[in-house]
Amino acid sequence: MALLEVEGMTHYFGGLRAVHNYNLQIQRGEIRGLIGPNGAGKTTIFNLITGIYRPTRGRIVFEGEDIVGLPPHRIAARGIARTFQNMLLWRHMTVLEHVKVAHYARIDYGLVGAFLGTPRRRRQEAEFEERSYELLRMMGVERFANKVITELPYGAQRRVEIARALATEPKLLLLDEPAAGMTPEEMIEMVDTIRRIHSMLGMAIFLIEHRMRVVMDLCETIQTLNFGEVIAEGTPDEIRNDPVVIEAYLGKEVVT
Amino acid sequence: MTYLLQHVVNALQWGSFYALIALGYSMVYSVLMLFNFAHGDIFMVGAYIGLFVSTGLLLLGTAGAVTLPNWLVLVLTIILGMALTAVVGMLVERVGYRPLRKAPRASAALTGLMIGITFQTLNLALLGAKRRSFPALIETATYQVAGVSITNTKIMIVVISLLLMLALDQFVRRTKWGMAMRAMAVDIFVVPLMGVPINTMAALTFALGSALAAVAGIFFGQAYPVLEPYMGALLGWKAFVAAILGGRGSVLGAALAGFMLGFIEIFVAVVFPSTLRDLIAYSAILLILTFRPYGLFGEPYSARLRL
Repeated sequence: MALLEVEGMTHYFGGLRAVHNYNLQIQRGEIRGLIGPNGAGKTTIFNLITGIYRPTRGRIVFEGEDIVGLPPHRIAARGIARTFQNMLLWRHMTVLEHVKVAHYARIDYGLVGAFLGTPRRRRQEAEFEERSYELLRMMGVERFANKVITELPYGAQRRVEIARALATEPKLLLLDEPAAGMTPEEMIEMVDTIRRIHSMLGMAIFLIEHRMRVVMDLCETIQTLNFGEVIAEGTPDEIRNDPVVIEAYLGKEVVT
Repeated sequence: MTYLLQHVVNALQWGSFYALIALGYSMVYSVLMLFNFAHGDIFMVGAYIGLFVSTGLLLLGTAGAVTLPNWLVLVLTIILGMALTAVVGMLVERVGYRPLRKAPRASAALTGLMIGITFQTLNLALLGAKRRSFPALIETATYQVAGVSITNTKIMIVVISLLLMLALDQFVRRTKWGMAMRAMAVDIFVVPLMGVPINTMAALTFALGSALAAVAGIFFGQAYPVLEPYMGALLGWKAFVAAILGGRGSVLGAALAGFMLGFIEIFVAVVFPSTLRDLIAYSAILLILTFRPYGLFGEPYSARLRL
């Protein structure tokens, strides 16, 4: 059984058809890419899977259960986490706090415990702090733990965002342009980091990316989207050589 | 000098009322980006709940069931008053605001006004227009410190208010709910995707704000033991001014501005005739806001529309 299965998903914004008859199957532990020109509906698909929008039609089955209509926090708690194209971080808050908040669903001491500082609270706090540090270490931003997020360089902020997503212990991680705005060197480091967290944690990854290097390096299979419809699906090599993709997305000239 | 110090004590007491109420406005604003205009009336409801709880507890004594010492009655009144008013606050959120979560902000603001008026008129309808007096639970003792006379009631009000604000500060800083609230204040869009239930957080925010307003109401009842249905209107609006002056959504700002408002009001009345007090005090605040339009601790970009 696939980890995530999307069947015949269609979504309209008013009269505008953003996604049309979209199908997707992601296996456990797989890395899959989603590419397509601007406005093709890639981020909309992420928003539909994570429950921000409810699809007009279609099914989204995660671990055998239909999750359409569940509130976003429940979908997150079931094991789907994501990052955002424009990095929605919480200025004023420290790096460590970002990762701690994402443990919300796993912290179960009550309000009373919070006020009285029960042993259970202290134990859990210590445990989650340790885990948060571990994730920051994994993403290579541990040294910034107690800094306010806005003081960090751009690339490091992206890494914190991924650490925050990882803190929800996802079985499926959706990355929305993880290398956007990065220098070529940062981009290569990011690819390495994604590969490392994938081999350490083993979750499935579904990523949107404009930088071909990233998608081609990381993904086993790639979907190409245009005007809300999948126009091609295959291995990086197949996609690279598919005339439909080249025309729709890469332009008429051949890109290597 | 002594004369001025005396006013400082009074200003601290008034400041406590304003700050406790302003915190509720500010928290709800920062988390849900809406002004809960029913908050002043939640303060009124809190005062009445305190009145009924304490009267009830005292009646237990006169009926011969259990005679509780007055200090215990006060403690129980505060705890039960906070809990019951928190429930009222959560109901207001559930019934008044949650269905309008996606409606234009103006609609939600109007709802708040309606709920406020509903509380006032319900109170009138159920209890009549008669003013009610809050039982005095503390035997007033007056201390002379450096020529300034301070009552134990005032000390209690200021000290407990400050302790509650500290507790709130710690809550917001250190607990998962507090951290989630701060995260919602910056970007509510991401928060549920990290597994945080928005509705629970909204209810909790209303509950906390209402509980603080209840304390303000009970303390108000101890300091000025006359309650009437419209008491929440004026005090609520003034506390709202404090919330704005502090900077929309800034918890620290709301607390400080609450005290500042107490000081401005009291000291304006020292210099000018007291009939001009509010006119001069609030003109001064208007002037401050002209130069600091985002309030003392507010940020320009907090005006971004969310939800």
